[in-house]
Amino acid sequence: MQPDRKLLSGNEALATAALHAGITMGSGYPGTPSSEILEEFNKGGGFARWSPNEKVALEVGIGVAFAGGRALVTMKHVGVNVAADPYFSVAYTGVDGALVIVSADDPGMSSSQNEQDNRRFALAAGMPTIEPSNSQETYDFFLEAVRLSEEWHSPVMFRMTTRVCHSKSLVKFADESFAPPKPGFTRNIPGRVMIPAHARPAHRRMRDRLAKLQAWNETSALNTVHEGDAALGIITSGISYVHVREAAPDARVLKLGMTYPLPFERIRQFAQSVKRCVVIEEGDPYLVEQLRMNGIAVEDKPEAFRFGELNVNRVRRILANDTSPETVIKGGKPPELCAGCPHRMTFLTLNRLNCIVSGDIGCYTLGALPPFEAMDSQLCMGASIGIGLGLRHTLPQNEARRVVSVIGDSTFFHSGLTGIAEMVYNPPKNGHIVLILDNGTTAMTGMQEHPGTGRSLDHMAAQQILPEDVVRAMGVANVKTVGYGRELEDALSEAMAQDAVTVIVMRQPCRLMKVKTPAPKCEGENDDE
Amino acid sequence: MNNGKRTVTNVVFAGLGGLGVLKASDIFADCAVFDGYDVKKSEIHGMSQRGGSVTSDVRFGDEVWSPMVPLGEADFLVAFDETQVDHNRPVLREGGLIITPERLVGIYGPMNELNEQTLPLTTRNFNVAILGMLSLHVPFAQDNWEKAIRANVPEGTYDQNLSVFHLGRRFGTE
Repeated sequence: MQPDRKLLSGNEALATAALHAGITMGSGYPGTPSSEILEEFNKGGGFARWSPNEKVALEVGIGVAFAGGRALVTMKHVGVNVAADPYFSVAYTGVDGALVIVSADDPGMSSSQNEQDNRRFALAAGMPTIEPSNSQETYDFFLEAVRLSEEWHSPVMFRMTTRVCHSKSLVKFADESFAPPKPGFTRNIPGRVMIPAHARPAHRRMRDRLAKLQAWNETSALNTVHEGDAALGIITSGISYVHVREAAPDARVLKLGMTYPLPFERIRQFAQSVKRCVVIEEGDPYLVEQLRMNGIAVEDKPEAFRFGELNVNRVRRILANDTSPETVIKGGKPPELCAGCPHRMTFLTLNRLNCIVSGDIGCYTLGALPPFEAMDSQLCMGASIGIGLGLRHTLPQNEARRVVSVIGDSTFFHSGLTGIAEMVYNPPKNGHIVLILDNGTTAMTGMQEHPGTGRSLDHMAAQQILPEDVVRAMGVANVKTVGYGRELEDALSEAMAQDAVTVIVMRQPCRLMKVKTPAPKCEGENDDE
Repeated sequence: MNNGKRTVTNVVFAGLGGLGVLKASDIFADCAVFDGYDVKKSEIHGMSQRGGSVTSDVRFGDEVWSPMVPLGEADFLVAFDETQVDHNRPVLREGGLIITPERLVGIYGPMNELNEQTLPLTTRNFNVAILGMLSLHVPFAQDNWEKAIRANVPEGTYDQNLSVFHLGRRFGTE
């Protein structure tokens, strides 16, 4: 028995590390596979809040770090797209305290719309990036990320993947403790106000910092070599490392913990020390491209292995140059809307009225599948409104009037608001209909709170924002709140007969909510009521 | 590679959302930790919460690397629903064992027809009964099973869960 070690998921390990590192505040937007990090951090006594979207979450984290605090910002890979604006610029400004941005990537798309590889974001923005391969490393590397960020005054991206976030392995905690952060505001206008005159030297400072970090990374303990037979050398990072060790136990392995900026000299020496040198990486050929560009000759994987996750079987195939068809385990039963879910009736109604549905991201996206097949597009958070408007602008009247943008409550606050502004500012001549499916929670990711629920992340009472109030204030004259069934059908039919801009809020609580979300509590109330 | 010696045992749990697949694999993994093994566990969250297929891999042994059971190397496929057996069969190694609720269903009826008033077996503890069946084939100490169940079920339901665990053990042997 090993009582000093605990079986933890990568997300739990990160939350524990955040507590041990004295993180001042955690902010984020829920997204699989990242959602549990802030929840666990909060349960352990950390201060965490859900933001309306990733951009705001990162901005809040930047503020914490500008004030000398230690910030943890969490999101899934596509969330970094939303946060990209402040992300690229905070790499220029740097920080006073610590700022660690978690990007939880989803190779294989277990619950995402794409499998983008966010190491590309490290390269594009000049963001130092660390990748753990299991829960122990998530814990250890996060502590190191906080130290690095504080010491180098640089934000750090902490890139995890689904199998690191959601796999459990044993973790031993560190003995050392972090001194508490020392918040305090130091005015630094040229350093933090990114007008062009300030940003030009800031860019040079960033490149200079990266050059020094690269030199530091040449001897960093984040990168390790497993000594093995020189006949086969493998360069790898993240989750791929554990597959490699199992698939090729005799190989010599260079495991990169910090994958931007890369320690090219160290990699060159490793490559020269082995007879055959293969790069095993999940997703894009990020390492391969970087190494070849720097004159290091390495073998890459066949294109077929760019898609989906790697595993032990696939790594064996890559090493054997085996591109024969792979055995695929079929997905089994696909997910579906819960029994009694209010969205079921909604999609039946949309079908009955022959609507063209511009959809969005949430549980209700399942309305695209049989038996409903009642959603015609879905691209990214908030896109339902903009795409719906484009359809309305373009289609002939009889079709245009059938276009309805359907968006959930959490998604509405995440990135639907600007779509509403667009609709009011530039209304199509046949008007438009936005249907907000308000089930009172972020059901898709496990019932998180948002600005419309009246509760903060820890389920304590918070100021509630009603979508009806917002859209009215933004200038929408026709606003209706309905229950489902007949009421919804009547409201939709009426709106479809007009050329006006209409917002319908369909309010029906999520069926799972009673089980998972406690009633709002006030400060001081007992937890076990 | 390991001189033909097997040092890692691989278990794949498969079922549908809501059947307690992940909870059962948590109990199993904890039990392996209590028994002193290196343990890794892998699962996919997200859309599976909506009643779709759910699988969870647990691996234990001297030293476990990947958290995912390689195809064709599972020693056990533990299915919580008969419908999940066929498409998961390729995970099994030659001679690997499939554990299904068939026997329990034969005696108590399908899970959705269980009468919670009169039976020890309920829709909520069915997963623990299946763990009882599995427990006959893995080397963990009885104490550790009890400790792992206690660590993972709500207070007050421990005794019932333990009796259902033994029910599974009984029907697993007969």
